Amino acid sequence: MSWRLSRASWPRLTFWKGIFLIVVAVGLYATWVRFSRGLGAATNLGDEFPWGLWVGFDVLCGVMLAAGGFTLTAAVYIFNAERFRPIVRPTVLTAFLGYVLVVVALLYDLGRGDRIWHPLVMWNPRSVMFEVAWCVMLYTTVLALEFAPVVFERLRLERPRRILRGISLPLVILGVILSTLHQSSLGSLYLIVPEKLHPLWYTPLLPVLFFLSAIGIGLAMTIFESSLSAKYFQRQLELPLLRELGRFLVVVLAVYGVLRMQDLHHRDALRFVLEPGYASSLFLIEVVLGLALPIVLLLSPRVRARVGGLYLSSVLVILGFITNRLNVSITGFEAATGATYVPRWTEIAVTAMIIAAGFAVFSLAVKHLPIFAAEPSPVVPAAPPVPARVHHVRA
Amino acid sequence: MSKAILYDATQCIGCKLCEQACADRWGHPYDDTLAAQEKLSAEKLTAVLSRGDRFMRRMCMHCADPTCASVCPVGAFTKTAAGPVVYDESKCIGCRYCMLACPFGVPRYEWNKTLPRVRKCDMCADRVAAGGQPACAEICPTGATLFGEYETLVSLAQQRIREAPDHYVPHVYGLHEVGGTSVLLLSGVPFEQFGYRTDLLHEPMPMLTWRVLSRVPDLVLLGSVLLGGIWWITHRREEVAAAEAQSASRSRESG
Ligand code: SF4
Ligand code: SF4
Repeated sequence: MSWRLSRASWPRLTFWKGIFLIVVAVGLYATWVRFSRGLGAATNLGDEFPWGLWVGFDVLCGVMLAAGGFTLTAAVYIFNAERFRPIVRPTVLTAFLGYVLVVVALLYDLGRGDRIWHPLVMWNPRSVMFEVAWCVMLYTTVLALEFAPVVFERLRLERPRRILRGISLPLVILGVILSTLHQSSLGSLYLIVPEKLHPLWYTPLLPVLFFLSAIGIGLAMTIFESSLSAKYFQRQLELPLLRELGRFLVVVLAVYGVLRMQDLHHRDALRFVLEPGYASSLFLIEVVLGLALPIVLLLSPRVRARVGGLYLSSVLVILGFITNRLNVSITGFEAATGATYVPRWTEIAVTAMIIAAGFAVFSLAVKHLPIFAAEPSPVVPAAPPVPARVHHVRA
Repeated sequence: MSKAILYDATQCIGCKLCEQACADRWGHPYDDTLAAQEKLSAEKLTAVLSRGDRFMRRMCMHCADPTCASVCPVGAFTKTAAGPVVYDESKCIGCRYCMLACPFGVPRYEWNKTLPRVRKCDMCADRVAAGGQPACAEICPTGATLFGEYETLVSLAQQRIREAPDHYVPHVYGLHEVGGTSVLLLSGVPFEQFGYRTDLLHEPMPMLTWRVLSRVPDLVLLGSVLLGGIWWITHRREEVAAAEAQSASRSRESG
């Protein structure tokens, strides 16, 4: 009897928890390899290929996927799209976690992670990397401050909460500007390698394209997350709101697509699309599956009418832009320089562990903090508390 | 005046004494296996490449406006007035952006160390500062590697091409590439055969990023005004609502 009792008090080992534990165990072993034996033993990087998966995926894609934070806070606080307020908290939390994980990934990737603070005191304003370092650091702080009210609410700390609410507008503006700067600057990083990056991806417009795609991803991630939280946390946005996001997404994608094609045309690089090979197939995956297809899907009212259709389109967009970042940072170099790179298992294991940690912290936060709770609407102070427009799909 | 190295491949006999001298100066190991490796590594900061009886050296070009110095987030590289581009390992965070960005693919990394550093030729900056010359130039038995004043070496290189046009490709490599470098190369065969790109820009590479970076302060100011303005416009309705509510309550009071 007592045996049964103690067994029942163990946390239930579900399928996902099992996967999580395996991923973490393998990741920790990879971590040990990385820090005891150096980058050479833990990665397939080398003098010919100094940046790989950790920069291309963990950092570039990580920052990009966290773009929902600035997109949505801008929409709600600056453009006054109050109807999206119910999802501000989960989105800001995702963004904050995203940036923290990017910094964690950097600690693995930097040869001297112990000196990650050096850009704070050793300045080089001519360096894009220096600008990115400062923006990421400041923006992570901004996100922490944007999220802090949730924690204060939980701890019933009224005073600090009121102070933060008082400065929320300047905080949001600062966040949007910092995001604009570093989202585009991640593209500018590659402006310095005109002879090493394949012409399908090297363009002076890299910063503009990176910024536009960050907005697209911000919208796509919001749709995607809302559908996910419907499944796992029984909360989601009302369908009309998702549909509206879908419309915005189509417009951003279309502008991005037109700009991309114009740029290829003006640089006389369209001919590379027709050259059969590695580069052009990856380009086509990116542009046909990740751009053209979701545009067509989202333009159809039938697709927009259903959560499933919106969800599918947003997943395509996300995969498409991930492909884009990997093309700019990895495959575009292979195609133009002839060097090759395939990530080593340790690189993949660390990446998987970081992603798993992100999911775990997110669900913990949802369980213990008022993430999906109704924030009192500040619009009409005299009116009785308006119920938040979150759709509760309690199972 | 700034110093430079002129390497004339047509005078090189491939003895690799420069490799040996460089290894000695850095305290790197050097043996026949290492000598046979025709590429740079963290322990081989200059390499003599051979194609038949033709030779070519590879090393840091010591750019006039170095890409490595511009991209490094912590400013670990400095172009000294004397010419050498030097690296301060105590600043480096190991992001390896310099390796990605260098147009000549020069910087190497100590991949197998737990506290790794970037490695590259520093034109023996300490010896140069003391009035000496780089170890490779000092040891070169044929004068293929020469060290001297930049201007002198430029005119010497041009003079050699002028006097023996059949002997050289008509190109002083490094005179215009990426806005000029402190290492100049002469060759009897096309530079591309040894992996030197001849399609590089003739302006300093840092311009490519500076064009964008220099706009950042303007963007911050413009962006703040624009976003603040949008907020002001989009929140007007609430102000109107509040004002109406106020006047309504006032009229109720007076009424
Ligand atoms: S050749 Fe490369 S490492 Fe040498 S100074 Fe120029 S940019 Fe720097
Ligand atoms: S690896 Fe070191 S020297 Fe090279 S750019 Fe990064 S911080 Fe600077």
